[in-house]
Amino acid sequence: MASLVGSRVERKEDTRFLQGKGRYTADINIANQTYAVFVRSPHARAKIKSVDTSKALKSSGVVGVLTGKEIAEDKIGGLIAGWAIRSEDGSEMKVPANPPLAKDIANFVGEPVAVVFAETLDEAKEGAEKVKVDYKVLKAVVDPAEAMKSDAIHDGVDKNLCYDWLLGDRKAVDEAFAKADKIIKVDLINNRLVPNAMEPRACVVDYNTASEEITLYTTSQNPHLSRLVMSAFGGVAPENKLRVVAPDVGGGFGSKINVYNEEIVCSWASKKIERPIKWVAERTESFLTDTHGRDHVTHAELAVTNDGKFLGFKNETIANLGAYARVFGTVTPTYLFGPCATGVYVIPAAYSNVKAVYTNTAPVDAYRGAGRPEATYTIERLVEKAALELGMDKTEIRMKNFPTQFPFKQTLVHTVDSGDYVAGLEKAKQMADYSGFEARRKQSEANGKLRGIGVSSYFEACGIAPSAAVMSLGCGVGLWESAEVRFNPTGQISVFTGAHSHGQSHDTTFAQIAADELGVPMENIDVVHGDTDKGTFGMGTYGSRSLTVGGIAIVNACKKIVAKGKRVAAKMLEVNEDEIEFKDGEFVALKSNKKKTIGEVAFACYLPGQRDEMKSPIPEGDEPGLIESSFFDPANFSFPAGSHICEVEIDPDTGNVKVEKYTAVDDFGRIVNPMIVEGQVHGGIAQGIGQALHENTQYDETGQLMTASYMDYTMPRADNFPEFNLGFTCTHATSNPLGVKGCGEAGAIASPPTVMNAVIDALGGQEISMPATAEKVWKACKTMKKSNAKAA
Amino acid sequence: MKSFNYHAPKDVKDATKLASSSSAFLAGGMTTIPSMKLGLASYKDVIDIKNIKKLSGIKVSGKTVTIGATTKHAEVAASKDVKKAIPALAKLAGNIGDAQVRNRGTIGGSISNNDPSACYPSACMALNAVIHTSKRKIDADKFFTGMFETALKSGELVEAVEFEIPEKADYQKHPNPASRYAIIGVFLAKHKKDVNVAVTGAKSCVYIDKDLSKKLSSNFSVSAIEGMEVKSSGMNSDMHASAEYRANLVSLYTKKAVEAC
Ligand SMILES: Cc1cc2nc3c(=O)[nH]c(=O)nc-3n(C[C@H](O)[C@H](O)[C@H](O)COP(=O)(O)OP(=O)(O)OC[C@H]3O[C@@H](n4cnc5c(N)ncnc54)[C@H](O)[C@@H]3O)c2cc1C
Repeated sequence: MASLVGSRVERKEDTRFLQGKGRYTADINIANQTYAVFVRSPHARAKIKSVDTSKALKSSGVVGVLTGKEIAEDKIGGLIAGWAIRSEDGSEMKVPANPPLAKDIANFVGEPVAVVFAETLDEAKEGAEKVKVDYKVLKAVVDPAEAMKSDAIHDGVDKNLCYDWLLGDRKAVDEAFAKADKIIKVDLINNRLVPNAMEPRACVVDYNTASEEITLYTTSQNPHLSRLVMSAFGGVAPENKLRVVAPDVGGGFGSKINVYNEEIVCSWASKKIERPIKWVAERTESFLTDTHGRDHVTHAELAVTNDGKFLGFKNETIANLGAYARVFGTVTPTYLFGPCATGVYVIPAAYSNVKAVYTNTAPVDAYRGAGRPEATYTIERLVEKAALELGMDKTEIRMKNFPTQFPFKQTLVHTVDSGDYVAGLEKAKQMADYSGFEARRKQSEANGKLRGIGVSSYFEACGIAPSAAVMSLGCGVGLWESAEVRFNPTGQISVFTGAHSHGQSHDTTFAQIAADELGVPMENIDVVHGDTDKGTFGMGTYGSRSLTVGGIAIVNACKKIVAKGKRVAAKMLEVNEDEIEFKDGEFVALKSNKKKTIGEVAFACYLPGQRDEMKSPIPEGDEPGLIESSFFDPANFSFPAGSHICEVEIDPDTGNVKVEKYTAVDDFGRIVNPMIVEGQVHGGIAQGIGQALHENTQYDETGQLMTASYMDYTMPRADNFPEFNLGFTCTHATSNPLGVKGCGEAGAIASPPTVMNAVIDALGGQEISMPATAEKVWKACKTMKKSNAKAA
Repeated sequence: MKSFNYHAPKDVKDATKLASSSSAFLAGGMTTIPSMKLGLASYKDVIDIKNIKKLSGIKVSGKTVTIGATTKHAEVAASKDVKKAIPALAKLAGNIGDAQVRNRGTIGGSISNNDPSACYPSACMALNAVIHTSKRKIDADKFFTGMFETALKSGELVEAVEFEIPEKADYQKHPNPASRYAIIGVFLAKHKKDVNVAVTGAKSCVYIDKDLSKKLSSNFSVSAIEGMEVKSSGMNSDMHASAEYRANLVSLYTKKAVEAC
């Protein structure tokens, strides 16, 4: 039987998605449900003097109005930061309380202050308008670079500083810098991004007054984790009385990791008003309250020798957390960022210093790549600038500093198990026709255009993660993953996974690997996820972990099925277990060539006996049934890597930047489904080009989000992209039996510096910040013209 | 969205009879519906005019092209008659917003709304259009009176827009990358006697750049306006573009339009 792993199997889930049969949270309706509308702070920072709900309560159709006061009285806990980070001086991070409904103070525009439940959505909206909140507006802190000099937003958080974190060795770095021929410096802004999942957040809560069980349907990337957090920290219900279902979810990109205010409030309130509740975010609410991404201000330096060897690296970064620290908020700019700071290079001395600050803006958390795009942007801008300043070719300087031996122990944290960075860059150069660039540049010049080429070589640490490692670094939970494989008596198989698919195509990929392991057709396998009542437990999907952690749990559970099947088959065929070989779904007795299919074995496991004879196929010590589970905790992160090359053409009259060519060569280890992987890379590159050229989240000085709709926030569209030219190299991961590496975030990690390096190359090395919008580029072109004129 | 009474009259008389100070005509709904949804506007009566047959369609006579108020952008863009008589107008319509907007949005809605960055108002100005309403005929230069303001009186319905067919014309647009409205749009029309350069997106309301128009009227070539500075004073400056950048685009796209003619 041909292996399914490695083949371009069409996505099983596409039929339902493309035919409009997806079942999303907003599609779910419960009889007798009420509709929730949240009253949100219109101010970025304001004391709440009073909340008058009397008029709203009298409004037509209103069933109930709840405020921060009631939720505090019921002792419902707030939102949490999932990672505890320590400062360089050893002190613990400062995390303010984040109540689900603000009671005394509101800290960002859109923060919920009260909630209205009514018979219809219109009545709930009408009621919400009648809630009168008396605010005393305070001066907002908006600019992260200024935050440490501004008023403290939260009591007890001096200078708005959550932590001042260090990874690495300052002294070693000083010594390395003292030996350098040249110090390359960059000042960078990693622009804030709004995640913009296609499906806005939503929740539907059904409280069963008899069993006292709450069922929460929600747009989550990790339903089990949501249940754990809501139960342990929210105190909404005990875990066994809380069922969390995340049905089809239309994209997350990290923004749906968090348990949000609305889910906690609606779950709590459903019990209180004894009615089901439905809440669906409007797009503006998504813009205002989904956790945002990135938002760093960085100064970084690279110490180099005249012949292009890297000696030392350091970065000083201010990371904007927004108003509150959320689940991955504190780790994204630290352990997901710092360890990748030295990129794919041998740099003997390094440190990464990050000050995380609070501001009166939407909370910032993980967004596709989470920390690693910021790290890659920093080092890849530095390396490109080093090439320019040293007059070296941009690929040559990279090659010169790549490690050639694997495992490669980096200076900061990671030991990278496998890779071949030279092969990746060589292939990218060839696919991008790197050597032909000069001719294309001349051609563009003849047409009055500026052409630039940019390179970025990246690696990232994903497939999070070894539990002991992450918990030692402050993570509140272990990041293993579980699976259960249920071989049903009649031959179909249910594969339960704790990972969650919201665009990653687990229905297909996971079925492919289970089909290969069990030797059955893929059609016999259903992948079940997203429901805490189905399957054991799970940590969910983010950090490119689904396949490398969750997929391996499936493989291991399948291996247990096969192991048991072997024992049963041996008994059925009356041979010793070691005489049985399992191949293509059949247990074969090697000597006699007698066989039992895995389906027959499964049937026997459930119906262990036969007529007229007292005989069981179940060996002594085994039990009937054929269900196995596995909890997989990886030994290491997985380390995808690669090189991307981009060419842009700039029209100096308008400043318009056109991405002309984009080549990506990635090493994701063994690839299960190339078509799906290509899709992931395409999406990642699109988001990265969006960050580099288009997406421009802007708050004004009072903390109002200026770009709170698609009229003002530029989402990249298909016509902003060229055809992506993708290639792969392959070194197997050694930390898992499939040899796979994560692929979900790589595109978004590698592409922003690739594009910006190309833009800056076209501008003759003149630095500009992301997003490189037409006007910014136009201004840079004017400056360039002036300096060229002077030189001439 | 607040509830309202929905009407779908079949002729203009019924439509105008239903109109009051708390009503709105509904054409493509591309502007009206989002503003109602966001709570920026609410009406007691919404008068849908799409069922009024007479308001839709394209007619070409010897000297003019007349487009009915509820004619969609996509219809104008695809119209063989428009492409032949005033290709620049078809080009303009074909580059409005995106496919969804072009398949719903109408010329009447566009000009009645008079968004400072809408495309059609510039065509009206450059092509000496006459706006036919349920009450009268209004010249384009009297019609667009300010930001989101027109000469329309309460309850007055646009029935059609009559464009003068020029000798040559072109429309050049620098789209807002987010909404794809015009950051700058330049409609250039060369008539028998003179040249009109109408600019949208730059200021609070569409206008004719008199200097550029005058220069090009006497000498219709790029060299005539080469080096001519377009002043940025009075131009919009916002997060999408500064006044200085807009001024640069006006001058640049005027040249491009001349080249394209
Ligand atoms: C995403 C997006 C992008 C866009 N991009 C562009 C662009 O690039 N260029 C551009 O020019 N436009 C653009 N538009 C606007 C679009 O072209 C619509 O035409 C415009 O919004 C209004 O037309 P409508 O038919 O939808 O009018 P409606 O929304 O139905 O009405 C708009 C207003 O005009 C009034 N009205 C409508 N018809 C009449 C009439 N016959 N008489 C009197 N009053 C009337 C209504 O009462 C209302 O006040 C864009 C819109 C969107 C949503």
